[in-house]
Amino acid sequence: MNSHRFGYYAIRFYVILFLAFMLLPLIVMGGAAFNDTRFPSIYPWFGFTTHWFQELWADNRMWGAARNTVFVAIAVVALSVPIGTAGAILLNSLQARSRSIIYGIMVAPILTPGAVIGISTLLFWYKFNVPAGLHLSVLGQVSYIAAYVMLLVLARLQSFDAGLEEAALDLGASHAQVMRRILLPHLYPAIFAGALIGFFQSAENFNVTLFTRGNSDTLTVYVGSKIRSGITPTINALAFLLIAATVIGVIIYEFRRRRADAMAKLAED
Amino acid sequence: MSELIRRYGSSLTWIIIAFTAFWLLVLVLIPNFVLFEFSFKPYLPVDQLGGPKDFYSLNNYWTFFNSPIHIRIFFQTVLYSSAVTLLCLILSYPLAYFLAKIVDAKTAPSIFLLLIIPLWVSEILRSFAWFIILAFNGPLNAMLQGIGLEPVRWISGFNAVIIGLIYSYLLFMLLPIYNAISSLDTNQIEASEDLGASLWRTHWRVVIPHSKPGIASGCVMVFMLCAGSVIVPSTLASPSSRWFTEIIQQWMFEGLDWNTGAAYAFLLLTLCIIFVSLVMRLLNVRLVDIAK
Repeated sequence: MNSHRFGYYAIRFYVILFLAFMLLPLIVMGGAAFNDTRFPSIYPWFGFTTHWFQELWADNRMWGAARNTVFVAIAVVALSVPIGTAGAILLNSLQARSRSIIYGIMVAPILTPGAVIGISTLLFWYKFNVPAGLHLSVLGQVSYIAAYVMLLVLARLQSFDAGLEEAALDLGASHAQVMRRILLPHLYPAIFAGALIGFFQSAENFNVTLFTRGNSDTLTVYVGSKIRSGITPTINALAFLLIAATVIGVIIYEFRRRRADAMAKLAED
Repeated sequence: MSELIRRYGSSLTWIIIAFTAFWLLVLVLIPNFVLFEFSFKPYLPVDQLGGPKDFYSLNNYWTFFNSPIHIRIFFQTVLYSSAVTLLCLILSYPLAYFLAKIVDAKTAPSIFLLLIIPLWVSEILRSFAWFIILAFNGPLNAMLQGIGLEPVRWISGFNAVIIGLIYSYLLFMLLPIYNAISSLDTNQIEASEDLGASLWRTHWRVVIPHSKPGIASGCVMVFMLCAGSVIVPSTLASPSSRWFTEIIQQWMFEGLDWNTGAAYAFLLLTLCIIFVSLVMRLLNVRLVDIAK
């Protein structure tokens, strides 16, 4: 029994250590945004300042990069969602052998290093005299983000009752109506999740973008070049804002989840 | 196929096929084939393309095999990526088990929410955070000195790179293993315990075999992300630790020799393919299990 108790505390201690390992670095990085020193650190502390936020705000290159990031992410979502959804529907209609081959090709980009995707995209379009630029970053990112959408939609398709489509067809629905009124509404949760994941995957992509971007910046490339060329805590200010946005999102999500749980419980009683 | 036409009509079916074909051919298969083809061509100025010097050869690969430094960096990348993969597995298994089977169902989502906060902050900022922490005059060494220890030069050799890689990719191991263990019937664990199996034996014979697909998926993802990582090695490397992706970048950006760059990228791709098949063979799982 004694060893059991020991195990009980040991695993809880481990969870706390693990959480600290994951979260403390973010606190250090965010905290350094307020330290009044050119080299970002939280120790030694030179006094509180919001100077780095002002400098970040005044940095035109950062704004351009942020705009590009959003444009690229929107374009990636706009392409990945229809492509991934179409891929899942097609895959679902295939038979065992061709299915597993196509499936293998579809998931391969997820297991391919971003550098390889970036270089192969760059070289392919170079053959057609298409110069590097963010349009190639979009295409490179779509090649693997569409696979995430495909996996989500495919999982959702497993719970789809094809009989509903039969019924609609028998009752005289057109093909377009079957797609728009029966199949797609069932897939919306997966499509929405895919769009969300795709947006953030694109926004944080570095490897594919690095090799395909030409001379344009995205936020990650901007941060990367700043880290190489001389860091100032403006990067920390940016990091602080991103972390703050995430934490607020997490709190809202958690709050709504708990309320939904409480409501469900109330309904039960 | 005829099933699709029957349900959605031929024009919608065509659109579905066209989207999928564009994805698989234009975005995936042909670019990789072009990469492969490029890697056998010499690097030439534009006016000599198609000229007498423009023929296929293994020269770009010889560049690699004749460079002891590049070979060493390649194997160091393999070695340290494998080590990071193993460490991530060891670190995340207990937590995955805890979250899936021990903690009550109400707290687990909260812990997950906390854990994935770093995922929303991009990879580059995650390694930047460690750049601050591990600096010689940074907070970690200040803490060590505070408790009477000597400061450590963290950013030397591969130390900092390993720490940064673990931090960046740990969750890609935790999540699939958690999913796999969650699908295990808790009765099986209890039955094993009731029949007198020790803790180790229960895990070794019941939980781990069941979570093999998750372990395979985590290992494949973490290894690929490590070996292909650009940002962590360039942020946290010391002069003595170089990564294979840095050599690729040199060819692409500094040497402007895209052909040799393509050959090196193809070597990296081959490495990942070998690793995936090795894991599938070793753990006896299929690709469908890995890509859940």
